[in-house]
Amino acid sequence: MRLLVAFIVIVLLALGSLLIGVSNVSWHSLFSPSADEQALQVLVISRIPRMLAVMLVGTSLGVAGLILQMLVRNRFVDPATAGAAESASLGLLAATILAPQLPVLGKMLVAAVFALAGTALFLLILRRIPLRSVLIVPLVGLVLGSVFDSITTFYAYRMDLLQSVNAWKTGDFSNVLRGRYELLWVTLGLTCCAYIAADRFTVAGMGEAFTTNLGMNYSRIMALGLVIVSLVTAMVVVTVGMVPFLGLLVPNLVSLFTGDNARRAIPWVAVGGAGFVLLCDILGRVVRFPYEIPGATIAGVVGSVLFLYFLLRRDARVG
Amino acid sequence: MIETRNVTKRYGDTLVVDDVTLRLPVGGITSIIGPNGAGKSTLLSMVSRVLPMSSGTVLVDGLDVRTTPGDVLARRLAILRQDNHLTSRLTVRELVTFGRYPHSKGRPTVQDREHVERAIHHMGLDALAERFLDELSGGQRQRAFVAMVLCQDTDYVLLDEPLNGLDLKHSVAMMKQLRTAVDTLRKSIVMVLHDLNFASCYSDHLIAMRDGKVTFQGRPEDIMRPEVLRAVYDLDISIQRIDGDWIATHYR
Repeated sequence: MRLLVAFIVIVLLALGSLLIGVSNVSWHSLFSPSADEQALQVLVISRIPRMLAVMLVGTSLGVAGLILQMLVRNRFVDPATAGAAESASLGLLAATILAPQLPVLGKMLVAAVFALAGTALFLLILRRIPLRSVLIVPLVGLVLGSVFDSITTFYAYRMDLLQSVNAWKTGDFSNVLRGRYELLWVTLGLTCCAYIAADRFTVAGMGEAFTTNLGMNYSRIMALGLVIVSLVTAMVVVTVGMVPFLGLLVPNLVSLFTGDNARRAIPWVAVGGAGFVLLCDILGRVVRFPYEIPGATIAGVVGSVLFLYFLLRRDARVG
Repeated sequence: MIETRNVTKRYGDTLVVDDVTLRLPVGGITSIIGPNGAGKSTLLSMVSRVLPMSSGTVLVDGLDVRTTPGDVLARRLAILRQDNHLTSRLTVRELVTFGRYPHSKGRPTVQDREHVERAIHHMGLDALAERFLDELSGGQRQRAFVAMVLCQDTDYVLLDEPLNGLDLKHSVAMMKQLRTAVDTLRKSIVMVLHDLNFASCYSDHLIAMRDGKVTFQGRPEDIMRPEVLRAVYDLDISIQRIDGDWIATHYR
């Protein structure tokens, strides 16, 4: 019930976001008898695709964050900082340099394969090192991500592609147009897959022995989770660019009141993620109107403040 | 029946479990006792297939645990290990419901829900059912995990130190609840216990391990003898018979 209310709020917010922009689009100009042809075109070609891209990215990255946290059994990891996004960027760069004629779908697949390898490497390292503190896990992710990042920067610099790399790292929805974001619909399918397998991820989050005891195949669940996280990350990087803090913040906030049962948490993370990115995108569009600040930048600012608050509060409670 | 044949676990050059061949009795409570590092928990983990063995075979009702599909075994055998400190934020009821997963595959029926309520009630968790695991004390959490394992409704239940973190009152309550589960539901419970006297008072069968080997096994009155315990623990332990139980006094 509360979920329904939250969903309606998000939909209203989304409808509101359609009206923001330099070109004048208002409900009046759309539905009056003398409908404004240009406003309608702006709506269909730019505003609606942008709104959909924002919601799809929010939903899928939030859920991917939740899944990654369950796979590594640590709340402080995020696809954006645990090697997934960085290796996806590296893959995308490799595809751009080595096979520039590849269609977007092909590039996305290359990026996804890299993201898969990068995240698998992250998990492999975690198996090898003693995890003395919960902070070791995100630190390993940051280090690994930085290594990928420096390789990417090195080659991008030599090939004069730094600007593209920057675009992959900074999610910006202002370039979203009809025909250039549709790949993101696949992420909705992946989110649904995650929901169907929700119980498995919850159980995997309790550990390998726990999972085996309940008769499930731990490595198969890990593989499924890795594929979902990598594909989502790669698609987001290829289409609009990464959004920081989303995959970290939203699952953590949701967990505070629904707990970690993925069956209950995933719908909330999906709605919450969409709301978070929507708010960041709207803020970025109105703060310096008529100019824009990329949604990812706003997400970085808002996210870091919220996360600090959350960290301090959580330490006080659980320790 | 659970049967182990030449089960061995090796870490590098160290033998943790050394060629153990055992037939665990059906029905009743079997407790594995022995000093630290005797390989008790390792043996239990290998029997329940959550830890691969270096060599040997474990048969559960004739099914080889290495080759039998996981979900088939999950309906015959349940294990609770000690390492449940790091847990997700699930409510007690959610956790216990996961115990039904091998039967329900994630779609609990009315019967599954009845099992869940019974297990929660049996472990005295009714008032805590909606609480999150991280809001419970160590002892309450331990009871929640035992409730989940009982809810799995398997013939064999393996518990690694179920009294860990429980105070005296809850330890007694836990052992009584396990005893009831054995007597009314005809389950076979195998557990690792550190407290000799709890093991002696509640078990039908004791298995003593030392240095990776099973050194003695038998009824409590066969094992609770000074010469046997001396060989297991390297300690002089005198045995008293109090109210029909064999009690070890080893505190001085």
